[in-house]
Amino acid sequence: MSDIGIVSYGAYIPRYRIKAEEIASVWGKDGESISKGLGIYEKSVPSIDQDTATISVEAARGALNRCSIHPKDIGAIYVGSESHPYAVKPTGTIVGEAIGATPELMVADYEFACKAGTAAIQSCFALVKSNMIRYGLAIGADTSQAAPGDALEFSASAGGGAFIIGKDNVIAIINKTCSYTTDTPDFWRRAERKYPAHGGRFTGGPAYFKHITNCSFNLMKKVNTKPEDYDYAIFHQPNGKFPVSIARKLGFSYDQIKQSLMVPYIGNTYSGATMIGLSSVLDIAKSGDRIFLTSYGSGAGSDSFDMTITDDIIKLHRGNAPLVEQMVNDKKYIDYGTYAKLTDLLYWE
Amino acid sequence: MRDVAVIGVGLTKFGELWDKSFRHLITEAGSKAIFDSGIGGLEIDAMYVGSMSSGRFIGQEHIGALVADASGFSHLNIPSTRVEGACASGGLAVREGYLSIASGLNDIVVVGGIEKMNDVGGNAATETLATALDQEWEAFFGATFPGVYAMIANRHMYEYGTTRENLAQVAIKNHANGALNPFAQYQREIKMEHVLNAATVAYPLGLFDCSPVTDGAAALVLCSLEKAKKFTEKPVKIIASGQASDSLALHERRDICTLDSTVIAAKKAYKQANITHKDIDLAEVHDCFTIAEICAIEDLGFVKKGEGGKAVEENITTLNGSLPVNTSGGLKSKGHPVGATGVAQIVDIVKQLRGEADKRQVKDAEIGLAHNVGGSGATCTVHILEAI
Repeated sequence: MSDIGIVSYGAYIPRYRIKAEEIASVWGKDGESISKGLGIYEKSVPSIDQDTATISVEAARGALNRCSIHPKDIGAIYVGSESHPYAVKPTGTIVGEAIGATPELMVADYEFACKAGTAAIQSCFALVKSNMIRYGLAIGADTSQAAPGDALEFSASAGGGAFIIGKDNVIAIINKTCSYTTDTPDFWRRAERKYPAHGGRFTGGPAYFKHITNCSFNLMKKVNTKPEDYDYAIFHQPNGKFPVSIARKLGFSYDQIKQSLMVPYIGNTYSGATMIGLSSVLDIAKSGDRIFLTSYGSGAGSDSFDMTITDDIIKLHRGNAPLVEQMVNDKKYIDYGTYAKLTDLLYWE
Repeated sequence: MRDVAVIGVGLTKFGELWDKSFRHLITEAGSKAIFDSGIGGLEIDAMYVGSMSSGRFIGQEHIGALVADASGFSHLNIPSTRVEGACASGGLAVREGYLSIASGLNDIVVVGGIEKMNDVGGNAATETLATALDQEWEAFFGATFPGVYAMIANRHMYEYGTTRENLAQVAIKNHANGALNPFAQYQREIKMEHVLNAATVAYPLGLFDCSPVTDGAAALVLCSLEKAKKFTEKPVKIIASGQASDSLALHERRDICTLDSTVIAAKKAYKQANITHKDIDLAEVHDCFTIAEICAIEDLGFVKKGEGGKAVEENITTLNGSLPVNTSGGLKSKGHPVGATGVAQIVDIVKQLRGEADKRQVKDAEIGLAHNVGGSGATCTVHILEAI
C-alpha cells in the first residue's frame, strides 16, 4: 500500500496584534512580569469580519494554491474548532463552498478543545487509507474567547491551519498516529456561555502534561523511536512555558521545537496552535526530516503523529501561499479599546 | 493530669494532589501513624480531626464520623470529633486529644489533621481562607490574609527597621530546609533574587513570601505515658500544651506586630513544662507568611521584640544555627494544608526528637516546640515535646 500523509498545507494568522502590556495596563497589572510568566508577548486578534470560517477558508486556499489538486477531488472536509460561528450549521459547508469542493463530499465540524484539528487529520487519514476518498481536507482554526480580566485574555488568540491528506505526491508521510483520551475536566465552556471556564493549575500536571506525556511515549514505543531521532517536534502551545517544559520532560531539545514555537508572538490559537506550528516546520523542512507532533485538547486528550518528509517536498510550491514567519511578522498593533470592539467585548443585550 | 506521649506519626506527601481524595489522604496519614505505633483499631478510645473548611473546599462536613468510617472503624463506633480553629485546627485537635488522655478519660487517641484545598480555584481558596478573618470588619471590606499580614509586615518594618531582605531570608532558609524534606510541596532551594523579583501579592509580601495552597494530611497516635512503653521504644512526651485566643480582627489588637495569643500560649507552655525558651532545641513555627515567622520567634521569646529580622539575617534559625526553626521547610516550603499543619508540625518535631529526620536532623535534639496559629493570631497553640 502506498504511503499516506500530508499532500499540501496552508495556514492563516490575522494581522492585528495586541501586546500583553497593553492588556495588563487596562487591568492594573504588570505586563512585563505577566509576559515573562506566560512566555507570551503579544497575540493575534481577529478583525471585525474574521471568524473561524474565514480563517479556515484562507488556510484551505493556501493549501490549494501550493499544489495542483482540483477542489472537486477533495472527498471530505473536517473543521476542528471551539469557536464555530454557528452552534447549528457547519463551518465545513462554508469552507467547502468557498473553495469549490461542493457538493459531492463528506463534511462535519469537530470540537475537541485545542486538538480538534489533529483529530480531523486522523479522520482524513483513515478515510484515505480505506479508499473512501482520494483527498481529505483537515482544518484546525479558532477565534478563541477570553473573559475580560481573565488570565486567558493574555493568550486566547486567532489563527488556523489546513492540511490536505492523500496518497499522491505526499510531502510528509504519516508513519503512525495514536491518541490518548480521558475524561478530565480542566477547561470547558457550557452551551450558551460566552466565555470558557478553567480549573486553574489543574490544567497543567493532570491535564496538559499527563496527556501529552503518555500519548508521546506511547507513539515512540509503537514506532520504536527516541526523541533524538526527530529533526523537529511540535507540541500544543497554550503559553510559552508549557511546550518548552514538556519538550524537556520528554527528552526533546529546545532546538527541536523552536521552529514550531509561535505562541510568544501570536498567542494560543487553540485548534490552530499545533496546525500552525506544523505549518511553520513544513515551511522549511527538507527531504528525510522526521517530525514528531503531539496536540492537546482539554477535556482531555492528545493526538501524536510520527511523520517523515519525502522528496516531493521540493515539488510543492511553498511560495504560492504566505509562510508562517511572514504572517507572524505582518502585523498591526491595536489598543485595548479596538481589541474590545473587535472581540465583541462591548456587547449588550 | 497524666503524662501523654506520641507513639506514632504519619504524614502524606504535601502538594497539589489531584489524584488523591480527602478520605484517601486522611486514611493514608492515619494508617501510617497507626502502623508506626503498633496499636490495633480495637485499642483506639477516641479520634480527633482538625480541618478548617472541608465544607467549602470539598463540600463535605461531618468529617469526624467520615474519618472513622473511611478508616474502616465504623463498626467499632469510636467517638470521633472534628475540631476547627482556622489554620490552628490541627494544633487544637492535638490539644483535645492530649487533654482527653491527660484527664484520664482515654488511654489511646488518634489525632488527624487534613485539608484538601486544590479542588477549588485560587479565588475560591482565598475567599475560604478569608473566612478566618473577621467577616464583618475585615473580609467584608476586601481584606485577605496576604493583605492583613502585609499590614503587620509594613508596621514591623516601620517600627523595627526590619528589611524586605529579612523577609526574603525567611523564605530562602525554609526552602533550603524543604529541599531536604521528601514530603515537602516545594523541594527546591531559592535565591534572594527569586524572592525579590517575584510578583507582588500585597506589598511588601511577594509570591515567595506566601505559603501555598496545599493538599495534605498528618496524623499522630497519642497514648498515656504509662502505657506508651508497651508499644514503642521511643515515645516522645508532650511536656506542655498551651492555648490562647485574641481578637479576631487585627485592628483590635494591642499591637499589630505582636501576636498576644502566641505570647500567652507560649508562657503557659513554658510554665507547664517548667522550662524557658532557652531549653528549646528546635521549633516548628507558623510561617504562613515570612513576616509571621519573624513575629513568631519574637513572640515565643527566642529573640527580643523587633529583633526577629536581625536573627534571621544572622542565620540563628538555619538548620545549623543555634535555634533551628522550621527544619521541615515550614508552611512556606513544606506546604500549608491548613487543617493538617498543626498536626504535621508535631510529626516533624517527633521525627527530630527520635533522630529520624535524615538530612534535616538537628544534632542532639531533645526538646522541640510546635507553634500553630489560626487567622492573624486570634487562636494559637504551643506544644512542647521531649525525647525520653
